[in-house]
Amino acid sequence: MSTAAAYAVPDLAAHVVQAASSSPGAFFSYFLDNRARTLDWLWAHTWLSVVPVLVGLLLALPLGWLARRYSFVYPPMMSITGVLYTVPSIALFVLIPPLVGLDPLSPLQVPIALSLYSTALLVRVVADGLAAVPQDTIAAATAIGFRPVNRFFKVELPIAVPVITAGLRVAIVANVSIVAVAGTIGMTNLGLLFDEGFKLSTDTPYYPPIVLGIVLCVLLALVLDALVVALDRSLTPWRRAVRR
Amino acid sequence: MIRFDRATKKYPDGTVAVDELELEAPTGQITVLVGPSGCGKTTSLRMVNRMIEPTSGTIWLDDTDTASMPAHELRRKIGYVIQHAGLFPHRTIVDNVATVPYLLGTGKREARSRAMELLERVGLDPAFAKRYPAQLSGGQQQRVGVARALAADPPVMLMDEPFSAVDPVVRDQLQDEFLRLQGELGKTIVFVTHDIDEAIKLGDRVAVLRVGGTLAQVAPPAELLSRPVDSFVAGFVGRDRGYRALGFTESGALPTHDEPTARLGEAVPQGHDLVLVVDGEQRPQGWLDPASARGTVEESDLLRGGTLATQGGTLRAALDACLSSPSRRGVVVDEQGRLLGSLTAREVLDLIERDEEPA
Amino acid sequence: MIGDTFGWLTDAAHWRSTNFDTGIWDQLLAHVGFSAIALVVALLVGLPLGLWIGHTGRATWLVTVVNAVRALPTVGVLVLLVVVIAPNFYGRTNAGYLIPTEIVLVLLAVPPILSNAYAGVQNVPPAVRDAAFGMGMTGRQVLARVELPNALPLIFSGFRSATLQVIATATIASYVTLGGLGRFIYDGLAQQDYPQMISGGLLVAALALSVDLLLALVQRYTVSRGLTGRLPRAGRVRREGADSRSAVLTEELASQGAR
Repeated sequence: MSTAAAYAVPDLAAHVVQAASSSPGAFFSYFLDNRARTLDWLWAHTWLSVVPVLVGLLLALPLGWLARRYSFVYPPMMSITGVLYTVPSIALFVLIPPLVGLDPLSPLQVPIALSLYSTALLVRVVADGLAAVPQDTIAAATAIGFRPVNRFFKVELPIAVPVITAGLRVAIVANVSIVAVAGTIGMTNLGLLFDEGFKLSTDTPYYPPIVLGIVLCVLLALVLDALVVALDRSLTPWRRAVRR
Repeated sequence: MIRFDRATKKYPDGTVAVDELELEAPTGQITVLVGPSGCGKTTSLRMVNRMIEPTSGTIWLDDTDTASMPAHELRRKIGYVIQHAGLFPHRTIVDNVATVPYLLGTGKREARSRAMELLERVGLDPAFAKRYPAQLSGGQQQRVGVARALAADPPVMLMDEPFSAVDPVVRDQLQDEFLRLQGELGKTIVFVTHDIDEAIKLGDRVAVLRVGGTLAQVAPPAELLSRPVDSFVAGFVGRDRGYRALGFTESGALPTHDEPTARLGEAVPQGHDLVLVVDGEQRPQGWLDPASARGTVEESDLLRGGTLATQGGTLRAALDACLSSPSRRGVVVDEQGRLLGSLTAREVLDLIERDEEPA
Repeated sequence: MIGDTFGWLTDAAHWRSTNFDTGIWDQLLAHVGFSAIALVVALLVGLPLGLWIGHTGRATWLVTVVNAVRALPTVGVLVLLVVVIAPNFYGRTNAGYLIPTEIVLVLLAVPPILSNAYAGVQNVPPAVRDAAFGMGMTGRQVLARVELPNALPLIFSGFRSATLQVIATATIASYVTLGGLGRFIYDGLAQQDYPQMISGGLLVAALALSVDLLLALVQRYTVSRGLTGRLPRAGRVRREGADSRSAVLTEELASQGAR
């Protein structure tokens, strides 16, 4: 294989150069030719990346609170979510339908799988974020007269926001990449660009869809990440005051 | 002996942390560096084991220029204790203590048995040996830190605010034990603190530094309290310094009066004056107000709170015994704690005034 | 469906290779094979580099760069590299698929390993590092005897995260016609043989879980008890760990990536 690899190097370089130099024109014409379809896929990709994280957050808040409130809940909950997060995405995609009784290729399996991932990740984030709220602060809030429910929403949760948004960033960026994986089993999203590129490259390499897919995925990840950062900043004005 | 010879530390941004410091830390004594923050005391200390390299000047360890050997070899010869102990969290207590012997190539068995001795020496139960730092309280960790610094039996020790992160009660206890330990070991110690009381309690000599890294005064604690060289030192040494200085003056033989006594279980004596109550071996227990007690003298009748002055102690202790006594008569005892007699504050003041007359 | 899947999995014929089909055992071996290659390479690159950056505090920009790689969609990069590289090996060996796959796998595995090694060293309390130098350890001794053992918990979590990502992505490599357990998923999908597809999913999940369990065991016996907090109850001091735990969490979070 080493001789083969050595032999391959000049060819390889040529291909890379070709990929880089030939792409701009081909790349834009490909995008313009397939604009409507590509935007549909981008839209689907965005929804698939965002909605499961929101679902995950909604589930993780009470679960994380439970794990924090009752310490005996913490270890088993972390084990379960840990196991869930260990299962590779593609395996989870194909395992969801038989588990919840869907068709083997139901469009629902991807959002369900991603919601599970996001929940698994965020439960721990919420629990540890709440654990990081200083005991003194909680005691002070109680002494002032906050009732537990009020205290949770007005004191503990806001203080845990930085940790939770850090978790949201990881979840959302990971989701953008995982959604593309679902393209390989035919689900509608930007991953289909890779599928198409791969199939069109059977004889000679055809880069535009692949490069377009990568660029759009990275841009989407960056934009969503920036949105979470903006959310974090607007929710925690006191950190900005100190940062100066 | 450690000698700072025009030692200077300048940072690239122009800040001068230590400016041409000239100072000697005599062999076998505790030299305390004290001063407000920014006075360069920690920088000076860390220049000795070259955790910070001086910009210019020399620091001598006896007759050796500290810059003449590799830093890590120098450091292995110098014990180093820091504020938060800095114990290695992944190692057991005994292995923490044996760190430097391991580095010097001492065998495991020998290094550990020496470490066990040291743990006992610093007042830790050998049961702690197999534990990890996370299982110890702050005060216990600091003891381990001291044991670790002593492990290779270095003649010189550097201590950077070692007791400032523990609560006052534990701090007091650690300071006392440190003095006892130094009494046994006689190391050459440089000790940094921002707490003037700690400096005065521990130091054989106290060096007061001012912001900008210059030496304001170096003197034994009594001299520092009685003769500060300028207003900065006077201000830093603080109030009550006249009173505190008495703590360094031996009282000599205290002139005492006989004090009438009563014993527990005996009948309450007649009269209006407070009576000193002693136990079977003449050890003072407290004062009794005959007017408010009936029948026999009971423990619960005693007024406590007076301190005792020991014959041959300090003038401060003698004066305090008078001032704190419910009867205003200070109780003087011998070294076994047996009653010798009493004296008044006025008599102590006479002693003080006589003591202060120019010789 | 569950019964069919069970039937497919318990059919001994599916486990052994024939002239026409590669069996489960051989695909498992292939899957573990190219995962292991990528992990060893990534460990050799990422661990020393991460430790060095953490120890010296130099070249920290590299950590940022390496972390940015995570925003790349794995499938896209895999397909791109295959399309670029594969034609050079056309018809000769499967190197045309293996090489791009390994590149992608290494690319995925380096960031968590490197940034966690870096963060692990960074997280050593300053007092501990100060004491280590003050005792007279050389830079190398501080790294080997103090920083590395204290960084181990984070290094392990980075390596485990890398391992899971590699196993997951190696599955997708079957999509670009390479062997491995993913073969059953994509073949099952193509042939509408859903029991085979679901079995593939089960096998991949089982592999990931058992490897992670194995690593957890190794971690348990390599990391000092003084760091894990697995200490006898009697001697435990009140934990002040909320802050440090969330600091570690942030690093662990960052090492989680797309599977």
